[in-house]
Amino acid sequence: MTDKFIWTKKDLLGIEYLSAAEIEHILDTAASFKEVSTRDIKKVPALRGKTAANLFYEPSTRTRVSFEVAEKRLSCDVINMDMKASSVLKGETLADTGRNLEALKIDVFIIRHTYAGAANVLSKFVKGSVINAGDGKHEHPTQALLDMYTLREKFGKIKGLNVAIIGDISHSRVARSNIWGLRKLGANVVLCAPEIILPKYAREFGVKVTSNIDEALKDAHAINVLRMQFERDDIKSFPTPSEYFKNYGITKERLKKCRPDIVVMHPGPMNRGLEISSDVADGKNSVILEQVTNGIAVRMAVLFLTITAKRGENEILN
Amino acid sequence: MKYLIKNARIIDPSNNFDKVADLLIEDGKIAKIEADIKAKDAKIIDASGLVCAPGFIDLHTHLREPGFEGKETIFSGTRSAAKGGYTTVCMMPNTNPTVDNIQTVKLVKEIIKKDALVNVQIVAAATLARKGETLTDYIALKKEGVAALSDDGSPVENTEVMRQVLIEAARAGLPVASHAEDLKLAKNGVMNDGFISSKLGLNGISNASEYKAIEREIAVAKETKTPLHICHISTKESCELIKKAKADGIKITAEATPHHFTLTEKECEDFSGNTKMNPPLRSQGDAEAVKQALKDGTLDAIATDHAPHAPHEKEVEFDLALFGIIGLETAFPLAYQTLVESGLITLNKLIELMSVNPAKIFKIPGGNLAVGSKADIVLLDLNKEWIYSKDEILSSSRNTPYIGRKMKGSPAHTFVSGRHIFKEGQINEEF
Repeated sequence: MTDKFIWTKKDLLGIEYLSAAEIEHILDTAASFKEVSTRDIKKVPALRGKTAANLFYEPSTRTRVSFEVAEKRLSCDVINMDMKASSVLKGETLADTGRNLEALKIDVFIIRHTYAGAANVLSKFVKGSVINAGDGKHEHPTQALLDMYTLREKFGKIKGLNVAIIGDISHSRVARSNIWGLRKLGANVVLCAPEIILPKYAREFGVKVTSNIDEALKDAHAINVLRMQFERDDIKSFPTPSEYFKNYGITKERLKKCRPDIVVMHPGPMNRGLEISSDVADGKNSVILEQVTNGIAVRMAVLFLTITAKRGENEILN
Repeated sequence: MKYLIKNARIIDPSNNFDKVADLLIEDGKIAKIEADIKAKDAKIIDASGLVCAPGFIDLHTHLREPGFEGKETIFSGTRSAAKGGYTTVCMMPNTNPTVDNIQTVKLVKEIIKKDALVNVQIVAAATLARKGETLTDYIALKKEGVAALSDDGSPVENTEVMRQVLIEAARAGLPVASHAEDLKLAKNGVMNDGFISSKLGLNGISNASEYKAIEREIAVAKETKTPLHICHISTKESCELIKKAKADGIKITAEATPHHFTLTEKECEDFSGNTKMNPPLRSQGDAEAVKQALKDGTLDAIATDHAPHAPHEKEVEFDLALFGIIGLETAFPLAYQTLVESGLITLNKLIELMSVNPAKIFKIPGGNLAVGSKADIVLLDLNKEWIYSKDEILSSSRNTPYIGRKMKGSPAHTFVSGRHIFKEGQINEEF
């Protein structure tokens, strides 16, 4: 550990609620956990005897698996709950689900939900820690943390970086969490998309907003390419996939006009040939798989800090 | 029972009366208002330091019975009303069954007779099942004692149907109240449309969804030359439209709820279901505009839109929470603090907004202290300060964002037809 930062938050509900110092502390903690995954025996006893419940109300593969790996590498017991098949179908409310799981002495709830604010609501009804693993269009804090971790690893610091977020920002919790985090750490953020999928009032986030991709990529140190979700029925008037690829897709040709060391990120799962071309996704500027690896360290840090926060046992790692 | 209210500051705006005096209640009626009344056999209430006003009248109450007794009943809702200083509440028809026919009106009247502690006026649906298609039988409903018509919660979307509603209601002599909302614009919104909804990832309800519908209502009222009352105004643009319509001589009246001028969309930031209502809590600018509109007479009344819901309908994901909050027990202190203590309006004006004008808008009894009229009276303790707590709530529901708020000004006694139903902060069942 780098310093004697006292972690006090039992929940991670969103990046909006964190200070710059808290974000930096999570990233520092993650850095010390990253090494664990490189060992032959990939396990530390930091959360031995603790129980995590992964509540996934929405389909998710990579986030759920990443959390599960992080939990297991910390020696935390894991309960995976497929909420689609559970008592939710019998009409149980989120508050009741939380209360019932609490009666099973769960220490941390990792929740992925279709509705914005679900993690905030759950946190009001349980004493255990609540970690938001993505709630509707609201936040996806661990994704933003792993994005920032990856950027910090590449550039040494976030402050002063120009980061372009491209794609369906209005529906994106990844974008919202990244905007909060990058702004707090002093990066310059530009959002780029056809206006119809930009959030209303986007400028009030303290970011630049444009529908011109060349303008967004000019001087960018990094781009975060969001998944396009053409299956959404609330954007019927949207341009076609081929038109989107032509005007906003991240291709080798577009990258040629950018800084040579530009970093290309994507939260996954990718639509190759839609928002990003394969040669970029697999090319030298891509850090997409590093993001996945870093996700484990970041989630280990978040689990460790939130679970130990209320006990004030924040000093030793192993 | 005779009651003699001693040394109260008696405020009766409709008779331009504001003096410290005594008020004698006899046979359920106001028998006398004079200085130093002597009445040997009367029960004396020392009201020194209290204000005596005509009881409040709520134009917009959801009592939930029949059909949703888990949220509220006529019994519990009218006790909540008595505590809030209300002597009359106007119950909305979105019950189950819907109050859209005389059989249901008769059923409701029976429950009222049996259980109600304050006067309950029935607002019947303007169209069958509140679907906005077929008009209900206004003449028969009027004959059965209904006070007004409204499809509250479900706007009459078809303009031609609305035109017929107004013409037929005028013929029957029934006021009409409109929940003005353009459903296509409101879509699947759950809170005010703005930066806060954008950052929370919640779908917004734009100001336009309200004021565009109000534009339509004003046009129909103008064309038909009939009066129309508009419920729960929440936006600046709505206030401007109503102000202009009134200046043009169109017979529009309108109400605002305490929550729309005391809270803003910022309350929604913690995703609490108790901050979700329709119309939603708006911006600071909108809340200020509503206050100014209450001051300058653009808005005629304060109504609660008391909307009880059970905990499991509110302690859920924001998108799934039902719309609405309770309001009968907090309306006066909130309005008093925000409007009168701040110096924006006088106490007399507040009594007009909460009692005199509501009576006029729905043409129902009450709203004055005329000698000979029914003794529907509230005694207000303007100096009482307290913290609003869950435990004190008399409504069957607890869905309010005001728990823990410091309040000032409170009803101390309520009389309905001379019955002393609320006494020093307690419901009195043995009046």
